[in-house]
Amino acid sequence: MSEKETKTEKTLRFDDLWSYDPAPESADYVTIAGKYDLFINGSFQAPESGKYFKSINPATEELLSEVAEAGKKDVDKAVSSARKAYDEIWSKMPAKERGKYIFRIARLIQERAREFAILETLDTGKPIRESRDVDIPQVIAHYFYYAGWADKLNYAFPGLTPKPVGVAGQIIPWNFPMLMAAWKIAPALATGNTIVIKPAETTPLTAMKLAELFKDAGLPPGVVNIVTGPGSTGAEIVNHPGIDKIAFTGSTAVGKSIQQAVAGTEKKYTLELGGKAANIVFDDAPIDQAVEGIVNGIFFNQGHVCCAGSRLLVQEGVSDELIHKLKLRMETLIVGDPLDKNTDIGAINSKMQLERIREYLSESVEENQQIFQTKCSLPDKGYWCCPTLVENVSQSHRIVQEEVFGPVLTIQTFRTPEEAVSLANNTHYGLSSGIWTDKGSKIFKTGKQIRAGVIWANTFNKFDPTSPFGGFKESGVGREGGIHGLLPYLELSS
Amino acid sequence: MSKRLNVLKTYKLYTGGKFSRSESEHYFQVMDKKGNPFANLCRASRKDMRNAVAAARKAQSGWADRSAYNRGQILYRMAEIMEGRRDQFVAELERTAVSRRKAETETDAAIDRLVHYAGWTDKYSSIFSTVNPVASPHFNFSMPEPNGVVGIAAPDDMPLIGLVSIVAPVIAGGNTCVVLASETHGSIACTLAEIIHSSDVPGGVVNILTGYRKEIIPHLASHMDVNAFLFAADDPGQKKIVQENAHLNVKRIQCYEKTDWLKDNAQSPYYILDFQDIKTTWHPVGT
Repeated sequence: MSEKETKTEKTLRFDDLWSYDPAPESADYVTIAGKYDLFINGSFQAPESGKYFKSINPATEELLSEVAEAGKKDVDKAVSSARKAYDEIWSKMPAKERGKYIFRIARLIQERAREFAILETLDTGKPIRESRDVDIPQVIAHYFYYAGWADKLNYAFPGLTPKPVGVAGQIIPWNFPMLMAAWKIAPALATGNTIVIKPAETTPLTAMKLAELFKDAGLPPGVVNIVTGPGSTGAEIVNHPGIDKIAFTGSTAVGKSIQQAVAGTEKKYTLELGGKAANIVFDDAPIDQAVEGIVNGIFFNQGHVCCAGSRLLVQEGVSDELIHKLKLRMETLIVGDPLDKNTDIGAINSKMQLERIREYLSESVEENQQIFQTKCSLPDKGYWCCPTLVENVSQSHRIVQEEVFGPVLTIQTFRTPEEAVSLANNTHYGLSSGIWTDKGSKIFKTGKQIRAGVIWANTFNKFDPTSPFGGFKESGVGREGGIHGLLPYLELSS
Repeated sequence: MSKRLNVLKTYKLYTGGKFSRSESEHYFQVMDKKGNPFANLCRASRKDMRNAVAAARKAQSGWADRSAYNRGQILYRMAEIMEGRRDQFVAELERTAVSRRKAETETDAAIDRLVHYAGWTDKYSSIFSTVNPVASPHFNFSMPEPNGVVGIAAPDDMPLIGLVSIVAPVIAGGNTCVVLASETHGSIACTLAEIIHSSDVPGGVVNILTGYRKEIIPHLASHMDVNAFLFAADDPGQKKIVQENAHLNVKRIQCYEKTDWLKDNAQSPYYILDFQDIKTTWHPVGT
């Protein structure tokens, strides 16, 4: 389509013609304790140090609760409680009974789904529409899926006998707190391991609610232990000699330090690290669908997504039309109160993360890159970032190479499929990629050439417990989800 | 009657499909079983190693793009050529490492192992791939893809069957590799390179270096263009260095030290899976 046609095309304008009335989800339905202790051996225990840290609502900067900071002694207690539960209960329990506990957990979460969704939104700043329709349903599905594996492990890896690893140390990020906990806890329990898990420092609350639920479910004490704290608590877990396996989701820098820390030990590990996904739009793509996919790819969860489609690669012939339509679509995105059911983009998870995003953007200004932000009005309090495009960038720019982890999309153009693949592969990461074209053969050829663990063709940011997820290159080691997600938690002998 | 003087072989490195001496012109001597000098092997330098990695990288995508059937035929061809030169391997093993009986067992097992993996190239993907029944209207499947370039530290024990048992699954799965041969029995690896060279294996798919582990392994393990590392030497110090250096570019690490490579369970498609990444592809289902 020529530029002239684009300009004369009729467009739907949503931005200033009407406004939505507020449609807030009521938050008083959720009770949040003033203080949360560590969940060790089936009971809530105060930290040895007596120290607590604050968990705040990033949309209002208001205090939600205070949470225990676990130190070395607390982690020791958690690990020995997990070991005892492993030796005496969990590894001896018939597999089908183990599975029934996990089914029970899935059902109990389902019953309390809205409560968890609201709390997740309060603690993370993500829109209620996402926590309600994506995070929590995926959480439930994940427990339900792996519950069924517990008594079927002998069928998963033909010719080999599966045995649990022992005690798993798990460290999860702040972007999908409850979902990442499910990705870690469900397969570990199904395969017969016991757990010491650390939620992220800024988002520990749904994990503590989950601890209450585990008690309600009658899960034997010590099978799952939850220790809250900063990175140093995570380091205690990683370095603890009683841990047999580490499962980490987070930044590539921390992932690398874990790989270094466990060298020379017998600890197994899986790492799910950063990404810088290329979302490639060919000139034969369905453009309107692609625009939706690009928006979902980078603005879902404020762009706090390791597999976010943060680099748009668009073929030259359609770039003007696509970028024009993308900007119009972006203007319709509602940024604001995460509890409002109409909100598309919520709050940035923490002040620190907002500062990091701003640092990248100010560098873009210095480097004469072209920044486009929507005309959104932002609340006075809280941490916010308007949906942002960065054009006029080259492959060597930091904003193209590094993970911004915010609602910031860079745009590059390409002429040939070979050039697109070469740009897509030209980062250290390899977690995911999007391909938009109407031609099936092009999807398979491009998809094969891209070094990434997940290829979304004519779609983006889709997840399912049956579908293995994980990175190539510096985006990680090992898979979560599906049959492949069992492997990291098993010792297989022939 | 004068006794015929036998012709000695100059053992060389094998990189990028070519036999060459070390660019450093350094060598080290290996002994036969009785402790007499057997051969001067090339003492590979860091530059030799980097050249080998470059050759492996260059060959990797072409090798992975060969059809699985073709990779299988090439591995089988290796077995065919090796069978024809069985006596040479037995004699060299007997002279440098083990008894005649053990040399025969090891050589026969090595040939059979190549046949075993030749048969896996077009089957492992079916074993490890899945079509995933996702709850949304999407077609979703996962399949293994090779890690890329694999660094290998070969075992000293059972130098032939050990080497074949680790290289075969790595290349069967579409990877290319840079191997540092056994420090004590490196010559048999150079002889194996002659098999590889005459079996339609493209140059650069298997690169074989001889030399000292402490001089090569830390640098091979820290090389940013090596995607994975297979450590099969019984050397805890070097193993730890490999595991540590992996963090530089998040290498995949597999350690197989102290494996009895003569056992039947020392071969399986899971050795192939060890050097694969799973890729999942989604596409909407609709009109």
